[in-house]
Amino acid sequence: MFDLDFAPFLLSFKLAGITTLLLFVFSLPLAWYLSQSTSKSKPILEAITALPIVLPPSVLGFYILIVLSPNSAVGGFFEDLFGVKLVFSFTGLVVASCFYSLPFMVQPLQSGFESLNKHMLEASYLAGKSKLQTVLKVALPNIKPSLMTALIITFAHTVGEFGVVLMVGGSIPGETKVASVAIYEMVEVMEYGKAHIYSGLMVLMSFIVLLSVYIFNHKQKKIGIFS
Amino acid sequence: MIRIDIHKKLHGSHGEMNLDIKLNIKKGEFVALMGESGSGKTTLLRVLAGLEKASGSILVENVAWLGEQTLATQNRQIGFVFQDYALFDNMTVEENLLFVNDDKVLAAKLLEITELTALASRNVQGLSGGQKQRVSLCRAMMNRPKLLLMDEPLSALDPKMRSKLKNEILTMHKEFGCTTVMVSHEPSEMYQLSSRVIMLSQGKVVEDDSPKALLLKPSMGTIVDMRHKSSTSSAIVSVGQQLIEISLTPEEALTFSIGDSIEVNSSFQPS
Repeated sequence: MFDLDFAPFLLSFKLAGITTLLLFVFSLPLAWYLSQSTSKSKPILEAITALPIVLPPSVLGFYILIVLSPNSAVGGFFEDLFGVKLVFSFTGLVVASCFYSLPFMVQPLQSGFESLNKHMLEASYLAGKSKLQTVLKVALPNIKPSLMTALIITFAHTVGEFGVVLMVGGSIPGETKVASVAIYEMVEVMEYGKAHIYSGLMVLMSFIVLLSVYIFNHKQKKIGIFS
Repeated sequence: MIRIDIHKKLHGSHGEMNLDIKLNIKKGEFVALMGESGSGKTTLLRVLAGLEKASGSILVENVAWLGEQTLATQNRQIGFVFQDYALFDNMTVEENLLFVNDDKVLAAKLLEITELTALASRNVQGLSGGQKQRVSLCRAMMNRPKLLLMDEPLSALDPKMRSKLKNEILTMHKEFGCTTVMVSHEPSEMYQLSSRVIMLSQGKVVEDDSPKALLLKPSMGTIVDMRHKSSTSSAIVSVGQQLIEISLTPEEALTFSIGDSIEVNSSFQPS
């Protein structure tokens, strides 16, 4: 059999897990603001949020590389102050992934919040609850399908990223060499057998993840109708 | 005492309109708000609740809710019953109540008044419309409100449930005595529940009186025909869309003639 190294897979999942967690924390206020805002600047914010969907990953990767490099203000600041290198490092990958997967977290949450009955949220304010309490105790528990979609799709999308990772992280084993990059390298050196196993695993896992999202959402809808 | 003096520009169905309301509401009073749709009833409720902005002032028991500084909705201690119930779907009946105020004794008492005790641990999504609105009423009472606001609380319910809930609203008002403002379209509802009826039109108060004076108006009719038989006489009177026959004494028959306007009051007679 092949001498298989699962480190790239573990790295992919670690990256996706951390990215999902961070993005959830940062996206929650943004998605809430976008869902409640009637401000004229809302379309601008929405367009910026959606940019990573349409931009080629190389463009996104290129800019992130420029901004995070030690020669730039941001990259220099982090390196001088915290001694953290933001390019060709795992930390850099996390930052890049957060940008890359942002719309996949924000958009389902936003549309979930928008679908809520406004009176329900107002009832919570009338009950003396703050906005934060309302979001955590009323809004989020009532948009479970959107919440699940946001979390799982963000996780899956981060596992599946390739272009941005390659540009910002390169392929340092154990540090930035994630599954998708590993497959690319195997194909380059014509190790098709290994590439098959890796790719097959990716297809299988992605399918299971998507299937579980759809089954969950289907069940939630049923509960909504028959209860 | 609640003193209201508010102004707000509204974009209604008839174009732009100014909401200008000046009102004093006594403590414990039950006020019914009527008026055609778009007259500003719901907006007035929402401004009172702090859910919409307005200029002017609202003074409740000498505390300024609106004025130089605005008191946040959260701090106004208001009970609000929405037409669409607006319950917290992720919670049970009891949790909906305790979310407002963690007072299990009060919650149990309210559920008993509304006969919902058996449903306390049920999720609210499974309830009927009438049950939901009763939960909503209980929830509104949980913070012992200074002001109870109800936006057409009965209009989505069937007649039987309506009269049941009407009685429960009356019981609650007697029990807690809180000042209440209710938007309604239904004269019978306003007559039975309120002690004062305010009619809005185009954002202004146009009538403000007791339910009896405002709702119990005699109908005007016109005599369209007179009938004289050997011993009896009657007049055919047109009232609204209907014709009715009214029997007359011989003296009355001589006083009236076709085309006269008369006031019609009816009394019940078993048929």
